[in-house]
Amino acid sequence: MESGNIYIYIAVMAIVTYIIRALPLTLIRREIKSPYIRSFLYYVPYATLSAMTFPAILHSARSPWAGGVALFTALMLAYYGKSLLTVATGACLAVYIIELAII
Amino acid sequence: MSRFNDFRLGFRDGAPIGFGYFTVSFAFGILASQKGLSVFQAVLMSATNLTSAGQFAALDIIYLKLSYYELALTQIILNLRYFLMSCALSQKIEPETKLKHRLIASFGITDEIFAINASKPGKVSPYYTYGAMCIAIPGWTLGTFLGAFSDNLMSESLKSALGVAIYGMFIAILIPPAKKSKNILAVVVSSAFLAWLFKNAPVLSQVSSGFTIIIITIVISAAAAYLRPIKEQ
Repeated sequence: MESGNIYIYIAVMAIVTYIIRALPLTLIRREIKSPYIRSFLYYVPYATLSAMTFPAILHSARSPWAGGVALFTALMLAYYGKSLLTVATGACLAVYIIELAII
Repeated sequence: MSRFNDFRLGFRDGAPIGFGYFTVSFAFGILASQKGLSVFQAVLMSATNLTSAGQFAALDIIYLKLSYYELALTQIILNLRYFLMSCALSQKIEPETKLKHRLIASFGITDEIFAINASKPGKVSPYYTYGAMCIAIPGWTLGTFLGAFSDNLMSESLKSALGVAIYGMFIAILIPPAKKSKNILAVVVSSAFLAWLFKNAPVLSQVSSGFTIIIITIVISAAAAYLRPIKEQ
């Protein structure tokens, strides 16, 4: 099939992504009894989010220093129980200020 | 009444997610416009996909006019974590939940909406998920619209700063449970270490970032489940 139609690209990714999301939730109706599988599923989101965040945050801004300070700022704010929005905004501000100083 | 209450709670917990999405999708909108998508196409992609990593990756594939097959494969790899989250949610959702509700709630499985579902004690109602979706999806879509619309108005430093928003959001989700549980902390630290290794080690750095995340998720979660199985509630 010839590629290049943006609407077909969007349709392909939307359908693939939806199927991935919907299959387990609609098909698995019974409680999973195995403590091993239950534990595995319990740890999944933490492993995924962590692997997506580190070290990617260091390379997300123009300067890795700014990324590093953003990481530190976000860790501190989150450690002291600040909300999602505060932590995200704090990280953005850190990058903005550091880059203002060094670029 | 309790449905409404579940919806309201979901909406409340979803509000910061909606705002967080707004900043991230704003960055997405800017990039989409730079890669040649129209404002309408960028918004359509956000409204139908609702996935950060997948959409960012798709922009490059579309820009380079790679095959549909390659796009599909990339989405499967980057979004396979939703499959695992959906498995986990199948155990968390009220067991009597009807098929149509499962089909609608499935669309709302994102890292953050899953995280608030997972952190609720006991079973969760699909109406809780709907409440979160009703603020998260508009946030994601509106941010995309404004980002794509105002691409040329933004300075480079502002764009760079917005780029870390998504990671700030992830950290805000990870740290509170890691503070409470040593096991979760160990999972977070060892996953981060492996991700660093995959980024920098000679052979491992050849692996694509989507595959890296799946490999790490499976290896670390399996090891944690083996070494530190959760106690039944």
